[in-house]
Amino acid sequence: MKKLSKAYMALVLLFLYIPIFVLIVFSFNVTKSRSVFSGFTFDWYIKLFHNELILKSLLNTIIVAVAASVAATILGTAAAIGINNMKKLPKTLVMQGTNIPIVNPEIVTGVSLMLLFVFFAARMNFEFGFVTLIIAHITFDVPYVILNIMPKFRQMNPHIYEAAQDLGCSPVSAFFKVVLPEIMPGVVSGFLMSFTFSLDDFVISYFTSGATSQTLPITIYSMTRRKISPEINALSTIIFVVVVIVLVVKNIIERKSALKKEVK
Amino acid sequence: MKKLISAPYLLWMAVFIIVPLIMVAYFAFTTTDGAFTLDNLAAVSQYTNIFIRSIWLAAIATVICLIIAYPLALILARSDKSYQSAMLMIVMLPMWMNFLLRTYAWMTLLGNNGLINSFFSLFGLGPFKMLNTQGAVVLGMVYNYLPYMILPLYTVMEKIDISVIEAAQDLGCNSRKTLFKVIVPLSMPGIMSGITMVFVPAISTFIISRMLGGGSNLLIGDLIEMQFLGNSYNPNLGAAISLVLMVIILLIMTILNQFDEDDDRVLM
Repeated sequence: MKKLSKAYMALVLLFLYIPIFVLIVFSFNVTKSRSVFSGFTFDWYIKLFHNELILKSLLNTIIVAVAASVAATILGTAAAIGINNMKKLPKTLVMQGTNIPIVNPEIVTGVSLMLLFVFFAARMNFEFGFVTLIIAHITFDVPYVILNIMPKFRQMNPHIYEAAQDLGCSPVSAFFKVVLPEIMPGVVSGFLMSFTFSLDDFVISYFTSGATSQTLPITIYSMTRRKISPEINALSTIIFVVVVIVLVVKNIIERKSALKKEVK
Repeated sequence: MKKLISAPYLLWMAVFIIVPLIMVAYFAFTTTDGAFTLDNLAAVSQYTNIFIRSIWLAAIATVICLIIAYPLALILARSDKSYQSAMLMIVMLPMWMNFLLRTYAWMTLLGNNGLINSFFSLFGLGPFKMLNTQGAVVLGMVYNYLPYMILPLYTVMEKIDISVIEAAQDLGCNSRKTLFKVIVPLSMPGIMSGITMVFVPAISTFIISRMLGGGSNLLIGDLIEMQFLGNSYNPNLGAAISLVLMVIILLIMTILNQFDEDDDRVLM
């Protein structure tokens, strides 16, 4: 039984990883062939780093992801505090609304925002670009921030906020000294989630970006549409390596802090 | 003061979540001049075959995901605690690659001069037409959305108390009975959220069908995209199709919820 489950695990992992490894191997191929490996080269990586369009869209992606996730974190944290203090009925209603972008198909969210932006663009004379793109990203990011923070309020002792005020804190400093540290893990994970979703988003960006604000996923999409280029393989390899490094570091940090807790 | 602090978000939600959805409904029921009409919704019916194909392919992909993910999640949840987080990370890692790149990878594998066909040609077989088929679309869906099925399943299974399973065995259940009488019912919330998390993106995708299905296997997502950004620009029809898509998803989810009495969903 043990052997059987190990074999099964290996089979699924093979299915998950083979396509990625094929991309990586062929990113070093001399020719453009996708089946015959005819020699080792770094040419595609060099070409990649000289590709203005890719570098520009990488920069755009980072600008949008940082702006949207920071704004979403602030908006979402404030929202979570307010929602937590609401009565049952308005709370349920607001949470239902918050769930809409998560439950709805991405394409519907993208299309609905596009309709809104087209409507205003015609009347207020602006164009699709960074503003529309960042608004769209904030909109699909905020729900994840709120959903990450709400459970922290449930775990928190509600009386410590009152205790801080009894001991002489003003409501504002009581919030920053007592409440914020309690919900901080939720704020951080909400921010990280928003940031990664923004980096990775294609569908909603596709409908809400303009010609000047193309993000990396949109550029990748247009590259796959035009012709087969091993530059995409090189890009995939770099992204894969970055992802592996980030996740391994994150795992090590988590393991260390878990060990610390055990020691305490 | 405490209530006011959520005001900016409430405003944001109203303007960028609620109003856009109302606009979808408004566009679906109006002509380009803004007059009320049911023509757009009536026009959706000519795409019935595309709707049926989308539901069918998404359903197959969801079932395959469930079949592959269920044993895997069980193995993960029962494995040594010290390995679990590392194992889970290895399983989830491909999900962190952009899904366009993952789909592109299959494009290069399945093509007529791709790696799989050149492997077959070693034995004098093929080339088989694999790219631009419905099978390729289902494969792309399974590959992209499998982690969304594994994660919620693992989350519920990890919480199942081992002593419940031992109790079932003590009381005379064989391993198959334990699985179907104890583990499956207890993991029902995970199954339901897994199905939702795979089915919704699968039925509304337009990239996977375009990259792996060629031009002949259009799905609802392609249809919507064509009305907004493609050659056949018609946002009124596009809005009507989106509306029907939302209603279909809502209906399917309501039916599925009947199987799931206690409604505690596992989110991510």
